[in-house]
Amino acid sequence: MEPVVFPLLRWIPALPLIGFLINGLAAPANPSPWQTRRIHWVACLAPFGALVISILAFLELRALPAEARVLNDTVFTWIASGGFTAKLSFTVDPLSSVMTLVVTCVGFLIHVYSVGYMHGDRSYARYFSFLNLFTAMMLVLVLGDNLLLMFLGWEGVGLCSYFLIGFWYEDPEKASAGMKAFVVNRIGDFGFLLGIFLLFWSLGQQGIWTVDFQDIRQYAHLLSPAVVTAVCLLLFLGAMGKSAQIPLYVWLPDAMAGPTPVSALIHAATMVTAGVYMVARMGFLYITSDFAMQWVTWVGALTAVFAATIGLCQRDIKKILAYSTVSQLGYMFVAVGLGAYAAGIFHLMTHAFFKALLFLGAGSVMHAMGNETDIFKMGALRKKMPWTFWTFLIATLAICGFPPLSGFFSKDEILWQAYAAPRHGSLGLWLVLWLGAGITAFYMFRLVFVTFFGRPRDTHLHDHAHESPPAMTVPLALLGVGALSVGFLGIPDSWHVAHNLFEGFLAPVVGRPEHVPHGEHVFLVEMIFIGLSILAATTGTLLAAWMYLKDGTIPQRLAQRFPRVHDLLVHKYYVDEIYDFLLVTPIRRGSRKILWKIVDAGFLDDGLVNGAGRFFQASARRLRRLQTGDVPSYALGMALGVLAMIGFLLLK
Amino acid sequence: MIPAIFFYILAASTVVFALGVISFGSPMYSALCLIGCLFSIAGIFALQSAQLLAVLQVLVYAGAIMVLLLFVIMLLNLSPRELGPARVTRRKVLGSYVLAATGILLLTRLPGHGEPPAPGLGNDFGSIETVGYALYTEYLLPFEMVSLLLLAAIIGAVLLTRKSKGGGS
Amino acid sequence: MTDETLCLSILLFIIGATGFLVRRNAIVALMSVELMLNACNLAFVAFSRQLGDVTGHIYVILIMTVAAAEAAVGLALVVLIFRARNAVNLDEINLMKG
Repeated sequence: MEPVVFPLLRWIPALPLIGFLINGLAAPANPSPWQTRRIHWVACLAPFGALVISILAFLELRALPAEARVLNDTVFTWIASGGFTAKLSFTVDPLSSVMTLVVTCVGFLIHVYSVGYMHGDRSYARYFSFLNLFTAMMLVLVLGDNLLLMFLGWEGVGLCSYFLIGFWYEDPEKASAGMKAFVVNRIGDFGFLLGIFLLFWSLGQQGIWTVDFQDIRQYAHLLSPAVVTAVCLLLFLGAMGKSAQIPLYVWLPDAMAGPTPVSALIHAATMVTAGVYMVARMGFLYITSDFAMQWVTWVGALTAVFAATIGLCQRDIKKILAYSTVSQLGYMFVAVGLGAYAAGIFHLMTHAFFKALLFLGAGSVMHAMGNETDIFKMGALRKKMPWTFWTFLIATLAICGFPPLSGFFSKDEILWQAYAAPRHGSLGLWLVLWLGAGITAFYMFRLVFVTFFGRPRDTHLHDHAHESPPAMTVPLALLGVGALSVGFLGIPDSWHVAHNLFEGFLAPVVGRPEHVPHGEHVFLVEMIFIGLSILAATTGTLLAAWMYLKDGTIPQRLAQRFPRVHDLLVHKYYVDEIYDFLLVTPIRRGSRKILWKIVDAGFLDDGLVNGAGRFFQASARRLRRLQTGDVPSYALGMALGVLAMIGFLLLK
Repeated sequence: MIPAIFFYILAASTVVFALGVISFGSPMYSALCLIGCLFSIAGIFALQSAQLLAVLQVLVYAGAIMVLLLFVIMLLNLSPRELGPARVTRRKVLGSYVLAATGILLLTRLPGHGEPPAPGLGNDFGSIETVGYALYTEYLLPFEMVSLLLLAAIIGAVLLTRKSKGGGS
Repeated sequence: MTDETLCLSILLFIIGATGFLVRRNAIVALMSVELMLNACNLAFVAFSRQLGDVTGHIYVILIMTVAAAEAAVGLALVVLIFRARNAVNLDEINLMKG
């Protein structure tokens, strides 16, 4: 069916782009109060405008019948080559509508928060211009009608991530964190590109040259299973990089070097979720390949648990949250790997709210504690920063999956699918995720108890601590409301309490999860599992309370009892060191010794460039001798020429 | 048979005189050899039924051009000392090789003794009437242009050697 | 007879060219050029006889004329150079050496 034309769509990414241009081109360092106001008004209005249009699009979508919910806005034809065209065209269907709402809403709130957080920073304008650019690119990614646009947005967000992580680039550590993010992402992008190429070419072999999602969906059945699996795996490689799954997650903890709102926006709510979105968008392809689905599922599951274990022993508040992000992303991938795309996106949405809230809360704490990130230097902040504390607590309860917060609904849906999905669900998978949930609860409440409860560990810092300005606390509150309420959109149908509005909304695009046989005893099993997850969360919380609430020595004694385990966890399983040893150092050394000295300096610089010069000098020196000024010599030359001509003619 | 003998005698003398031209140290001797050479060539012309050309050769070439040359040689009056020692330069050696090669190349590729002379070669083939007729009808334009060329040469020669007003050139 | 004449012509030409390249004296060089021109004349005459066409003779006349003109101007130049540098040694006249 033909999509409905909705010409406002192009302004969803265009408004932030304009904001980027305005603030980017007129970017004074150390802006005056007037300039500061101009900068953040422009910067915040852009995503707000995008949010408004997104809401309009959503309402428009709802007004359409369920099977025909597609809005389109084609700007121009980007590539026209032979039989192949690619248009710059934005499409809103239920899936991208959800994504744009999440991105613009959370994005807007974070922009507002940044006004408070980045107050007084020298590069205020640059920050907001990049933040706007990021928003624009993310929206292009989500709204794009074809793989090319998605890739454009994909690369764009990676680039902005680099800019924003390395925002305070004068610090070499922060700058290299930015580089690390970009390089690791690049590895994933390589796979992504190969996936696109393979898909394009394979379809082309069948005579269909296209990158549009609609067309691919229509003709995907023409591809052989092997090709489909290969494409899915390659695209997932990109997702592994962008969404920080094993083995390409290593950039995310380091990315915490950037300003905290950046961590909230990019590394919690939006960019890292691009991989999940991509798998959901290409879900029609994944669902035909058993191997790819299993791969995605188990990579997600392993990542979920692995990252959770690392979070157990970290001291840096942002790093704990970073690992928890990696872990929650794993949950999302398990969901989409099982074919329960709606559940994955649902968790993406709830996670966006509570993770952004967690990060912004952490930023608030850091702001109060003079940018200190070690939680063991904090303590007893709950009286000093009530807004921060209460919103943080709400978010923590959400992430642990306590009802009736949003995280409960989304996470439990995933856990249920992990067990019950007909093709790939299993008890083992559920067990892994269940353990992960328990660990998550433990380390999150460890964080809460150490930071907000107990006695202050650093009295000097504690004395100066104060609640953050409204620019920061209001977004916290709003996000808190989101974290509380969004969950009710996705109450499972099987509970017969309400319809799963979320799943229903997305169904025309991503289908419904493969159905578990109904029946009373199935419902009972589901309830039991829910009970078990609540139990896991509670156990984790209580354990954390026992260990950390009372300022006891239990953590230290445990660490002494199991020194090697403790060491392994604190050092993040030495993964960074392993990578460095296996990959980074050899590549560096090889580049310096071979590629630089021999190829670049030797061959290109000296051999080709200088060599060309030397060659011409030498030949000129030799040729100069022909000009003797001696006429008979010239005659000799002529004689030689005549000889040559005659010889040629006669000997032919 | 008889023309053949004459030819070979004349050919031989041509070559000998030519070698003399390039071999003598004094330019005067070279000039005299050249005159001999030209006479021999005139004889060959005659043998080849080119009567007009033979006469012209003697009149114009040997008569006018060589006289001019001799005048100039006597005018310059170079003593052998002034001529300087002969140096064997690389150019000369290379030049001789090149020329030898060219000569061999050409000589060995001469067409075989194939074509007999064209039939119907009348008695007046190279006579003044025949040549004159062709010159004034078919080749009138080149003829006129060549006279222009001579005019230019005359003017050029006079202009070049005129002493300029201020002193030496 | 044509062949022999041609043979002679070639020989004469080579001799003339050698003289031009080898001898230093400008006047002798000019004379060698005359030799070469005469060799051409010979060739023309031989071919003209063989082909029965009187065009060859016309060419010879033209060549002779050109030779005369060239000899005149060339000798004028030699005289000039002699006046200027007091030498006719071609090896020494190399102002245009690059």
